[in-house]
Amino acid sequence: MPEALSTFALSHYLLVGAVLFVLGLIGFVTRRNLIIMFLCTEMMFQGIAISLVAFSRFHSNDTGQTFVIFVLTIAAAEAALALGLVVLLFRRKRTLDAQAWAAMRG
Amino acid sequence: MPIEVLKFVPWIPLLAAVFCCLCCMRKPLRPLAGPICVLSIFTGFVIAVLTYTEAVAGPAQVVTFFKWIGVGVDAQGNGGFQADFAYYIDSLTMVMLFVVTGIGSLVALYATGYMKGDRGFARFFGGVSLFIFAMTSMVMGDNLIVLYLGWEMVGLASYLLIGFYYSKPSAVAAAKKAFIVNRIGDLGFALGIFTVYMTFGSVRYAEIIPAAQAMIGKVDVATLSASALAAYQQATLPHHTAWVMAAPLLLMLGAIGKSAQIPLYVWLPDAMEGPSPVSALIHAATMVTSGVYMISRLLPLFEYSPYALPTVATIGGVTAIFAGTIALCQYDIKRVFAFSTVSQLGYMFLGVGVLSSVGGMWHLISHAFFKGLLFLTAGSVMHAMAGQLDLRKMSGLRHKMPVTCWLMFAACLSLAGVPLTSGFFSKDLIIAAVFDRAQMEGTWATGYYLLGIAALVTAFITASYGFRVWFRVFMGPEQYEMGHEDHGAPEPESPDHSAEDKAHQHGKNTEDHDTHHGHHHAPHEMPWWPMNIPLVVLALGATVGWIVVGFIGSHKYGWIGSMVYGSSAKPSVSIKHGTMLGLDVHYVMMAVSGLLAIGAIALAAYLHWLNRDAGARLAARFVGVVKLLSAKYYVDEIYDAVIVKPLRLKAQLFFVIDQLILDGLVQLVGWLPGNTLGRAAQKTQTGRLQGYGLGMAAGLAILAVLIFIVVN
Repeated sequence: MPEALSTFALSHYLLVGAVLFVLGLIGFVTRRNLIIMFLCTEMMFQGIAISLVAFSRFHSNDTGQTFVIFVLTIAAAEAALALGLVVLLFRRKRTLDAQAWAAMRG
Repeated sequence: MPIEVLKFVPWIPLLAAVFCCLCCMRKPLRPLAGPICVLSIFTGFVIAVLTYTEAVAGPAQVVTFFKWIGVGVDAQGNGGFQADFAYYIDSLTMVMLFVVTGIGSLVALYATGYMKGDRGFARFFGGVSLFIFAMTSMVMGDNLIVLYLGWEMVGLASYLLIGFYYSKPSAVAAAKKAFIVNRIGDLGFALGIFTVYMTFGSVRYAEIIPAAQAMIGKVDVATLSASALAAYQQATLPHHTAWVMAAPLLLMLGAIGKSAQIPLYVWLPDAMEGPSPVSALIHAATMVTSGVYMISRLLPLFEYSPYALPTVATIGGVTAIFAGTIALCQYDIKRVFAFSTVSQLGYMFLGVGVLSSVGGMWHLISHAFFKGLLFLTAGSVMHAMAGQLDLRKMSGLRHKMPVTCWLMFAACLSLAGVPLTSGFFSKDLIIAAVFDRAQMEGTWATGYYLLGIAALVTAFITASYGFRVWFRVFMGPEQYEMGHEDHGAPEPESPDHSAEDKAHQHGKNTEDHDTHHGHHHAPHEMPWWPMNIPLVVLALGATVGWIVVGFIGSHKYGWIGSMVYGSSAKPSVSIKHGTMLGLDVHYVMMAVSGLLAIGAIALAAYLHWLNRDAGARLAARFVGVVKLLSAKYYVDEIYDAVIVKPLRLKAQLFFVIDQLILDGLVQLVGWLPGNTLGRAAQKTQTGRLQGYGLGMAAGLAILAVLIFIVVN
């Protein structure tokens, strides 16, 4: 294990990841602005990505890091798509409020 | 020509049917369908003529087209259940082939002119070709399964062609009626085939006919082939005897349906909704005689049962007089001829039933000529009169349609049995055979005498109604009322031709229409080619055909006699000519029925030509009888009340049960979860993303906690 990292325990990294994830989750649940909600899901991604990298280094297994690279690449593409969809939704109703899209309410 | 060529006779018309269907698809190709159909049928006739000497030489020959069904058959081809697509060629087959392909090509040729300009031209000839395929397969089939297949296929072709004018509700109803009534008879026919297989262990003619001939003592058991001997031994087992006797009665049920005998004759008069060539070919000359053919073919089997042939004779005799009386009071020309067909088929049944299969088959041939001709001339009249068929609305057409007039005259002479016409000789042979049989038979002599008298009365009636039509239509003062349709067909309504049809309807009463379709406001004669030439051939057959059919040849009954006696239709008992008033019964009957025919024609001439007022007065005096007869004895109404209505009531009851109970259960299964669980779960679908997100997070959290608990 590299020297610099040895001073930090695995749990520190996992904690940062968990905090990011939970912040994202809270943001997603409490906010109604579609863009903010979307950014929150991105934040949750990053939390998970940190956990993955940490585990990868901890187990000296590069698979996790490779996986993270993939996740980030796809997240970038998906972010472009999702923002495009948000723009379309905005054009339909002239609002970013998620509440406006509830036509299938039971 | 080698006899193997005969096996292509049914398949050429089938190929033609396929081509006709292809012609339906492109409008410019449609006129090709007629010649294709005529040529395919005529090729069959030519093949039959060329193979004739081969085919009738020696005993029946089997030509296999392909192996079809074989279950449990050993290496030598014996045992088990065997039904090949093979053809049984003997002189009876050849007689039927000549009738079917010969009359078929003449009628098809006539139809190329008759159907010209009809939108369904190609479809019509497709149906006719299919019919010829089915009919030739049926008469050539080497076993009961192929016979049954052909039997059902002619039913299908008949259905398709009766319902040819499918936009006309009455045609559709008539087609359905024909199909359904035939199903009743065919059920019996199928059961009869099962019974034959159960008792003989075979359905092949080559086995069951020799076995049955051995059972009635016509051939020696020692001369049977191994497989026929096996069939013989199985059928003569004690517990099979009763079944062997039941088989012909069941088979007869099929014949009654197809040949329109009491009680299943009701479909045939309605079948006249089809185009006239169809009535002539299928519902007069060929298909309806298949019952007579079947009984003749299986005559040894029918002879074995003491009840089968007397039943056939009784049904035939009763039908003959019953349908004949109805024909007296019908006003629709084609309906008169339809009941006449039923009546004449009754004669054929009577002939076969009194063991005069020669008479039955001969009358089949004569009838094919004169009845085909009657229907085609009626078609010409209908064509000329724009669909008018009511006897009361036409009179004195002899100047307008001289050729048709004299052609129908020839046909009527033969139908009436005027001496020295084909119908005279064949009908007399049957009538005389009934009296012969009555004198030979001890137990049922009275019954046979009654049938003979019925046959004589029918001969009188036949001549009356035949000439009633002729005198009404062609004699007397010239007056008529045109119909409103072409060929009795309603104006077709179809999107791809709507523009053309509209023009057609608008132009209905204009000169433009006349020149376009060749119809005039006044009745007109048919062209010689292709319409009147085939009719002349038919007329020759109907009048002088007897010279070829029943006179020339070494046999007592001429050609037809040697044909029938050279096949399985040869009766085991040779009929002795009885005596009556010190003379041969046959001569007595010739004299009596000849006089009856001439008397009836004279009467018809008086009542329907010379003094029509007297006819009207006579009808007015017997108004009750006329009403009963023109209502066809109310048989359709009785069937409706006794069979159709109760069945419909039952069906409605079942419909209600089906809707309420069965459908209700299915509906309940769908409705119940939706309205209990579904309504409860509905509340959770709030449409709030936050709510869903929280739900997911909570679910994940619960799952994580659960895993944590389990792992630790």
